[in-house]
Amino acid sequence: MEFFKIKKDIPFMKHALVFNAISFLTFALAVFFLFTKGLHLSVEFTGGTLMEVSYSQPADLNKVRSTVAGLGFAETQVQNFGTARDVMIRLPAQKGVSSAQQSEKVMAALKADAPDVTLRRTEFVGPQVGDELMEDGLKALAFVVAGIMLYLAIRFEWKFAVSAIIANLHDVIIILGFFAFFQWEFSLAVLAAVLAVLGYSVNESVVIFDRIRENFRRFRKMNTVEIIDNAITSTISRTIITHGSTQIMVLSMLLFGGETLHYFAMALTIGICFGIYSSVFVAAAIAMWLGVTREDLIKPVKKDGDPSDENHGAVV
Amino acid sequence: MNRYPVWKYAIIVIALLLGALYTLPNFFGEAPAVQVSSGKATVKVDIATLGKVEDALKAAQLAPQVLALEGNSVRARFDNTDNQLKAKDAIQKALIPDPADPPYVVALNLVSRTPAWLASLHAAPMYLGLDLRGGVHFMLQVDMQAALTQRVESLAGDIRSLLREKEVRHGGIARNGQSLELRLRDAQQLAGAKNVLASQFPDLLVNEAAEGSEYRLTLTMKPEAARKVQEQALKQNITTLHNRINELGVAEPVIQQQGLERIVVQLPGVQDTAKAKDILGRTATLEVRMVDESTEARSAELGQGAVPFGTERYLDRDGRPLIVKKQVVLTGDNLTDAQPGFDSQTQEPVVNLTLDAKGARIFKDVTRENVGKRMAIILFEKGKGEVVTAPVIRTEIGGGRVQISGRMTTVEANDTALLLRAGSLAAPMEIIEERTIGPSLGAENIAKGFNSVTWGFLAIVAFMCVYYAMFGVFSSLALAVNLLLLVALLSMLQATLTLPGMAAMALALGMAIDSNVLINERVREELRNGASPQSAIHAGFDRAWATILDSNITTLIAGVALLAFGSGPVRGFAVVHCLGILTSMFSAVFFSRGLVNLWYGSKKKLKSVSIGTVWRPEGGSAVKAD
Repeated sequence: MEFFKIKKDIPFMKHALVFNAISFLTFALAVFFLFTKGLHLSVEFTGGTLMEVSYSQPADLNKVRSTVAGLGFAETQVQNFGTARDVMIRLPAQKGVSSAQQSEKVMAALKADAPDVTLRRTEFVGPQVGDELMEDGLKALAFVVAGIMLYLAIRFEWKFAVSAIIANLHDVIIILGFFAFFQWEFSLAVLAAVLAVLGYSVNESVVIFDRIRENFRRFRKMNTVEIIDNAITSTISRTIITHGSTQIMVLSMLLFGGETLHYFAMALTIGICFGIYSSVFVAAAIAMWLGVTREDLIKPVKKDGDPSDENHGAVV
Repeated sequence: MNRYPVWKYAIIVIALLLGALYTLPNFFGEAPAVQVSSGKATVKVDIATLGKVEDALKAAQLAPQVLALEGNSVRARFDNTDNQLKAKDAIQKALIPDPADPPYVVALNLVSRTPAWLASLHAAPMYLGLDLRGGVHFMLQVDMQAALTQRVESLAGDIRSLLREKEVRHGGIARNGQSLELRLRDAQQLAGAKNVLASQFPDLLVNEAAEGSEYRLTLTMKPEAARKVQEQALKQNITTLHNRINELGVAEPVIQQQGLERIVVQLPGVQDTAKAKDILGRTATLEVRMVDESTEARSAELGQGAVPFGTERYLDRDGRPLIVKKQVVLTGDNLTDAQPGFDSQTQEPVVNLTLDAKGARIFKDVTRENVGKRMAIILFEKGKGEVVTAPVIRTEIGGGRVQISGRMTTVEANDTALLLRAGSLAAPMEIIEERTIGPSLGAENIAKGFNSVTWGFLAIVAFMCVYYAMFGVFSSLALAVNLLLLVALLSMLQATLTLPGMAAMALALGMAIDSNVLINERVREELRNGASPQSAIHAGFDRAWATILDSNITTLIAGVALLAFGSGPVRGFAVVHCLGILTSMFSAVFFSRGLVNLWYGSKKKLKSVSIGTVWRPEGGSAVKAD
């Protein structure tokens, strides 16, 4: 079986401007929603109490809502979680009140209404922890960005490092944009997914860059645009198949992982889709505009061998 | 060209065997068990305890499948929960004569059915996190400022009494935040005070300032001394928590330091958070009272008369009654430290107590007036008092340093010190994070994680086998080996597996196949460009390697960042993610190459490779090398 029967190199770079315009538009939209709507942060970041309770019959959300409101909590959220019988309640962090007692108070009130209610899970996070998590999350992001750029700069060239990181950070912003637009809950697991995606979709750019470098050595008569087109064309089959395989796994999580893994898998799905787009259409184009040349990439090889030797191989 | 030397195959075989061996314990499941551990600092669980448990079970005619002493606890494994419950009752009856004061914790537990020969190789199933087994998780923040303030306060008292002792007059000492200010009226006082401070308080940093004719010394704790105070406070709080949690009867509590000022408490299987919180936050109190040694009290001690008015009857640790006055001399609040040690002259084991300034002053007065009499130190827990020790006062004791000696062994001195310290927390604590997971949710989470991995894995295998034919089978086998090695590594390291960890496992498999796709596509491409089968395989693996390395390293960078900055669920994800990348390098490249070499390597006149369709555009290859 073969999905990709491509006869000629696809002139990706000819349309680079269009692709990048689309990309920029999505990016701008994502930023817009991030600013206007903001992320719906989970209890882990905001601090507060989260309770998951289960009824033996489908739960009456309005009743639960009024019961919880009757206890004098300001901004509470009551919603179904997974099934109609499971209810999730979020309580904001209260100053002074030991929030450890919050869940007990709510539980007692719910029990009074309906004795069949059982507590499945509670989570309480103090406000100081939330702030730290935010800080640690940003630190981790900075570490990943710096680490990847440094590695790519050493392994390839700074122009590649810059374009790869731009392409992939734009993926990250788009994932966040989706979470802001749909007001999906942004939890620690989603943060982990976002960072994993960042590491993963850089792969794509790396694969294409590897091929560009190799092509510069092999096809000495082609110009930069042709070289890049060829590199993308000859790796596209691999790009789509690997991402497809990873997506199979993620899809399986989306289907079988339940509510807890839902947004984690969602973040990965968006990341994978835009990962393909950005590494194929965006990263290489930026490298091209930054003026990547044959000399940039072949220089280091001169030390240990003849760069014109076709059988020299791609291994550095 | 596509052959492996024997040693490479040997590495593969060894890795597979080890992988299988350490993955194996995960398949045995868990059996109900009863676990007996120490409920008090003074009670040790040893071979004798094992014997007692054995006798108790024999008397109840229960035959455990396995009965063994493991670490600090005795575990008895049963075939069903009925016997488990019966055994718990029997053991409890035999080992705990007084339920109000249990020397042992008898708890229900689940232990792995792993056979003994595997266990002896340290092969154990993966350790499941709370979200997979149910339980409570607390994170407590220790108020270090309070601990430091307390220490500075007690230093102020020490300095005051020492200056008085050395007859150095001063214009007063006051605490200002975390530092002390000592006022001195003239140069002579200044010299005297500096002398005392330098010789007796090496932990203090002295700053001198002149104010007109007066002098002011600002005393602050040296950073290393402050750090030590904090470390001790944390350690003592952990010890205290240990003692309190023992009462909950939790089989495997986790009490760990996290960072410099936090403590994580995990109680698997506990559902009653209210009780758990109550016990964690409870303060045991320590009281020092005088022993009533009148004749009425003596006879009451022997049970031959009523307890005199104004006194109470308590038992000491050996069960002997003691009549003590109701009036409280000191409470645990005035006790800053209790350490075991040796008397400098007799070399007898002793317990050294340190009292704060107020305590020292009271203690001095009381001891002066009561030389030759006995005082009792009573520990109150759950509203019930027990005499820890009742020493005779030999002389007046000033300075807040008290030594308790007399017919103690080193072990007893240790235990007494621990009990005295256990009474109180060194610094107040606050719950800053709490998670409860019901047991049914834990089981559901396992099922969800397991299903995700299984279905995703099967779907990928199906696709690979169809798309890449024989090479797809190799890739699938490599993926299976990856999973095997990953589980084996997690089991070996006893890393905690959580639901995010299971998600990472699924993701690791999804990403690991990337390497194989790279290789397979490369081999196809070489074939498309007209290479011979053998050289196509060779070139495919070789050229793909550099790319695989690059892409795995970038992914690993993200994994390491998560590991370094992540906490809680993210950490669980990161551990599996990083390990998964490492195992995938081995399985996808080294192992799958081994398979391919074994299959095709020996065929010298290989005509074709089973790697699915190698499509060639009409009119030769699309891309030509010049």
